[in-house]
Amino acid sequence: MDWTGLTLSIGMAVAAGLVGCFAVMRRMTLASDAMSHVALPGIGLALVFHFHPVLGGLAALLAGTLLIWWLERQTRISTETVIGVVFSLALAVGSMLATGDELVDALLGAPGTLGRWELALGLAGAAAVVAFVLTQRHRLVIVLVSGDIARTSGIRVARLELLYLLAFALTVALGLRYLGVLLMGSLVIIPAATAKHLARSLDGMFAISAGVAVSATLAGELLAPRLHRATGPLIIAIAAGMFLVGLVIRRRP
Amino acid sequence: MENALEVERLSVRLGGTEVLRHLSFRVQQGSALAVIGPNGAGKTVLFRALIGALPHGGVVRWAPGTRIGYVPQKLDIERDLPVTGRDFLRAKAEVSGVHGTDLGRALELVNLPPGAADQAIGAFSGGQFQRLLLASALMGKPNVLLFDEPTAGVDEPGEERLYEMIHRVQDAERLTLLLISHELSVVYRYATNVLCLSREEPCFGPPEEILTPERIEQVYGTPLKYHHH
Repeated sequence: MDWTGLTLSIGMAVAAGLVGCFAVMRRMTLASDAMSHVALPGIGLALVFHFHPVLGGLAALLAGTLLIWWLERQTRISTETVIGVVFSLALAVGSMLATGDELVDALLGAPGTLGRWELALGLAGAAAVVAFVLTQRHRLVIVLVSGDIARTSGIRVARLELLYLLAFALTVALGLRYLGVLLMGSLVIIPAATAKHLARSLDGMFAISAGVAVSATLAGELLAPRLHRATGPLIIAIAAGMFLVGLVIRRRP
Repeated sequence: MENALEVERLSVRLGGTEVLRHLSFRVQQGSALAVIGPNGAGKTVLFRALIGALPHGGVVRWAPGTRIGYVPQKLDIERDLPVTGRDFLRAKAEVSGVHGTDLGRALELVNLPPGAADQAIGAFSGGQFQRLLLASALMGKPNVLLFDEPTAGVDEPGEERLYEMIHRVQDAERLTLLLISHELSVVYRYATNVLCLSREEPCFGPPEEILTPERIEQVYGTPLKYHHH
């Protein structure tokens, strides 16, 4: 593992850990896991038309995000239901577009070698997500407690929610090469779920979540070549192990 | 005296049902309006329409420069959410552009011990949580306070204290107060005007006109006992 890849994966993990905190607190755990699947048709199209898979995935994720945001505002039917249908469909269509080894790589991730512009774009994306969560955390907390309090405090709730979903989509796109479509949602959710159990304040939750995401990612990347296992599944297995340890550790009263 | 709020022919439809219809009233600056009515009469819907959270017909006109502090009815907060009272107040302070020193002042104003603010908001008792929300509403230096059923989930001695506190804060901060309440004796004591919502025609006026036994029976559908202090 070269240092450029390591730098980008740390950036990606910090972004995942921070974005995940609000996903878990807003109880959108399942939705966010399903949302990452929408990248697959984009990757499939990228493979068919020979452009970079991560760009295809990102485009599909952004389109999917706008779709969820719009559906949440327009319809009164359960968002979970809509997401379940739309994103299962995305997985199905994507699987038809990409086949064989390409499909396995898209689903589970394949680090490969990094171009210079990929590194630059990836780091810029991670920095944007981290900056968004840290600067908007006060507004996000108020919306979490009550949308009406947020509204009377002058917060534009719908716009903030759209920006949050876009940050989420960008985070998933950052992780596609490491974890793939199936597992990236887990790196957003598991560290944050661990932190929610252990932390007693918001700053504590951010620190624990980012810490778990980064250590699972680094440990996965270092151990994968030695154990002759794929990186993505190993990262998630380590994160899940940390979650279980967190469950056992008794929370201070 | 100027009006803090003017409402003309306000109507709200929710899922095909007309919850509020052609409601008109005014609230003078510095006065206290109590909104009463049975469950389902649209009291909370009225508040949410007033703050612009629900689409509505008619006109809602707040005086220029109005800053609203809103204290919603009890919220569904997960017990183990790692957000402390202090996290929430700090967030409100940042968004309102006030400084950390005001945080201590807000806690003092609502009689919350500083130590209580360090627990998770999901672990607050009903009364403490209402005080926390009131403190957060006051952080934005509002000139209008909307309070939805302040004493829901509060025991009776706590109830009395909470109302006294609201009254004290209203006086100290020269606030216009809009209050949803079931406590008619409190309404009688503190309200300048009463707005009653029911399935019949809404009524509006000073408490001694509105809170007559006949009117109350009309509004709630049953004779309701309350005592003057």
